[in-house]
Amino acid sequence: MKTKFTNTLFRRLLPVALIAGALGSIAMNDAPSSPLVVYCGRGEELIRPLFEQFQQQSGMAVEVRYGGTAELAATILEEGDRSPADVFFAQDAGALGALKKAGRLATLDESLLERVPATYRSPEGSWVGISGRARVVVYNTDRLKEADLPDDMDGFTDPAWKGRIGWAPENGSFQAFVTALRVREGDEKALAWLKGIQANEPRVFAKNSAIVAAVAAGEIDAGFVNHYYLFGARKTNPDIAAENYYFPRQHAGTLVNVAGAGVLASSDNQEAARSLVAFLLSPDAQAYFARETSEYPLVEDVPLREDIPALNAVPVLEIDLNLLDDLPGTLELIHAAGVL
Amino acid sequence: MTFEAIRAEAFDGARDHDPAARRRPPPPGLTIVAAAIGLAALLPLAYLLLRAAESGPAFWTIVTRPRTLTVLWNSVLLTALVTSSATLIGIAVAWLTTRTDLPARHVWAVVTCLPLVLPSYVGAFALIGALGPRGMVQTLLAPLGVERLPSLYGLPGAWLALTLFSYPYVVLTVRAALRGLDPAVEDAARSLGKSPRRIFFDITLPHLRPSILAGGLLVALYTLSDFGAVSMLQFNSFTRAIFVLYRTSFDRSAAAVLALMLVALTLLILWGEARARGSSRLYRAGVGASRPSPRVRLGIWKIPSVLVCAGLTTLGLVLPVLVIVFWLFQGWKAGEPLWRGWDMVWNSSRAALCAGAVTVAAALPVAWLAVRHPGRRARLIERSAYAGHALPSIMIALALVFWSVRYAPGLYQSFGLLLFAYACRFLPEALGSVRASLLHVSPRYEEAARGLGHRPLSVFRTVTLPLLRPGLLSGFALVFMTTMKELPLTLLLSPTGFSTLATRIWSATEDALFAQAAAPALVLVVLSGIFVGVILKQEEEDVYE
Repeated sequence: MKTKFTNTLFRRLLPVALIAGALGSIAMNDAPSSPLVVYCGRGEELIRPLFEQFQQQSGMAVEVRYGGTAELAATILEEGDRSPADVFFAQDAGALGALKKAGRLATLDESLLERVPATYRSPEGSWVGISGRARVVVYNTDRLKEADLPDDMDGFTDPAWKGRIGWAPENGSFQAFVTALRVREGDEKALAWLKGIQANEPRVFAKNSAIVAAVAAGEIDAGFVNHYYLFGARKTNPDIAAENYYFPRQHAGTLVNVAGAGVLASSDNQEAARSLVAFLLSPDAQAYFARETSEYPLVEDVPLREDIPALNAVPVLEIDLNLLDDLPGTLELIHAAGVL
Repeated sequence: MTFEAIRAEAFDGARDHDPAARRRPPPPGLTIVAAAIGLAALLPLAYLLLRAAESGPAFWTIVTRPRTLTVLWNSVLLTALVTSSATLIGIAVAWLTTRTDLPARHVWAVVTCLPLVLPSYVGAFALIGALGPRGMVQTLLAPLGVERLPSLYGLPGAWLALTLFSYPYVVLTVRAALRGLDPAVEDAARSLGKSPRRIFFDITLPHLRPSILAGGLLVALYTLSDFGAVSMLQFNSFTRAIFVLYRTSFDRSAAAVLALMLVALTLLILWGEARARGSSRLYRAGVGASRPSPRVRLGIWKIPSVLVCAGLTTLGLVLPVLVIVFWLFQGWKAGEPLWRGWDMVWNSSRAALCAGAVTVAAALPVAWLAVRHPGRRARLIERSAYAGHALPSIMIALALVFWSVRYAPGLYQSFGLLLFAYACRFLPEALGSVRASLLHVSPRYEEAARGLGHRPLSVFRTVTLPLLRPGLLSGFALVFMTTMKELPLTLLLSPTGFSTLATRIWSATEDALFAQAAAPALVLVVLSGIFVGVILKQEEEDVYE
């Protein structure tokens, strides 16, 4: 009898409690915020400590919304002038370029911009690179030696590589590489390269990290990735059978891309926003990128990890990153080659 | 009375519209509330129309591009395959766990529903880890000389993964209907010496049709809108094409054009479902009390039945959980920080509970109107609730960004807006279950209560609502589970800094920190599992008290 009673009581109260909870939560909403709002297209795990450090140093409250870079960029475009965001920290230059084109970014001060080499920032000063990412080939060390790998990306169109390579054609960094290839050698050459690789039946991945995992597992022999994914994988398993390969010759395959930041034109918190960008370019923050995310710091004289070759020790493609903004053209080419 | 006569009594009358319902116009309040809910659900569609209009003459070029048509065909094919297989599996599991003497029935009832709690990208990742060409299974088979397994990538993998992670939609909706089914008709057939098989195919199955269709519809729309599994398993579907457009060119109008094609496809599916559903009356027409159905003895089929349940659970739940535990172990060995605060657990549960309550509450008036006062208006409102369900969540999120920033800036990125977004997204999940169980409640009970002098609202509370409980509960459970794993809406529309289990899993996998994704993933599965267990237990008690 008692259980029946409590049961009924429970049942009567449950919906009421749930709805009360729902409404209560709505009422609990805080008022529009004054803290610095960052839209961050980079992963939370690795970046959060930096924002915490900034908060401590500056005494400013920072609120961060994490999400995919493209999704956040699209959100800012939809928000228009009413965007609550003050700073946008993007995984790649393409998204920053799109916001710049829509007039959403403010111009940064020269004192900030000049900390970074001109190739790694917007010529109009609307965004600045924070850290660098080199395109490399990750290969399985059980199945290959460095000497087995070709001198440039063209080498992978050789039929000998049939069924042995992996790539992520949806990935922004990969598409930046194809764009660089187009800029350097023309659309025809780029299309021929894409078709050449396609003929070798590469495995298609959604993410770079999946390529590294597949290489380490021996599912494929080599894959086209950014350099730092290997170090991410080594964090959980230091002994994986994979290594990065830097091409010995400068070409589109030795592109170094950036993750960067911009301040929104609509922000009414301009000064604080700029101080956050300045913080990200400070020696401390730059050293953090070198150490924790295994990326290349873009400010001079910041020490690298020991297991990563310095950018002046390997060939790096010399190219103005701002020339890499024709992504629709690249996408068309990728479609034309039947890759996506 | 012959068997044919019983079938006739059970169905022929039922195929007609209920004349009583026809004559009574819906109360204006109900129509207004339902219409408002339907309109709210159309917000994403209105946004897409605005954006697609921007593309101007390019509209048709985008639509008729050979590439667009290829990926469209891919999606149609995948949807047809997944819907068929998931529906078959779902019906079998629902029947086995409610109507038979399957050993450990109650346990299977819960665990066979759990694959639904896995975010599809986690599930697909686990499947690759286990069944990939060089996955765990290959490692086990290596001593036997198996160098690599046949490729899982492409259509076969996407088919398998989506079937495994969506068949519980059918189980939940069909089970609710099985529970609400009056055993009297089956009894009558049985008393005439009909075999259990004939009874199942001739009596039970047709009665289940609305709930099977409701579940199948959810599976179809889930498959169309999924992005996680198809991108992991490298199948070129329509959603993937939309994502590529966003990611690379930020071309919102071209993406909107493609999304509208998806909506058109949804409308086609809805039309087909409505044709197949017909307008049936399924509640008990006779007198006397309903009681639980007797269990079918499985006999020699007991072992194969258990094996089927076990197989599904292994692939859809045990394997992914093993992979998660493996990540956790690796991270623990490497000394990584594995857990960060209970905040996300609280946020996830709070959001999912509220979303469940709000969504079920919104589904009720719409379902009521559709079932009790059928007509063109009701049909239109119900369709609009489904119209956007095949859209990838990112489109719905951006649509709500667009509307709320402009017209409700005070609500932008508030918890209230997030709930609204969940309700918009998951309304069809609740609607399917509520509608199916409403079909089993005879308006005559209500008429009787009203005849006894009760006011309509009190009739609803004391008579209808208790009878609807199984449907409300399974709708609630569905919305709860899908909200727990929902990602794009949470990332873009939640209050800033609101982290949930799903967003944590996502951000950790984004950086390839699988070990750090493991603990939240495990909590997500366990929490949803406990919740579903409680709900299903309640459902069970409802029937047998």
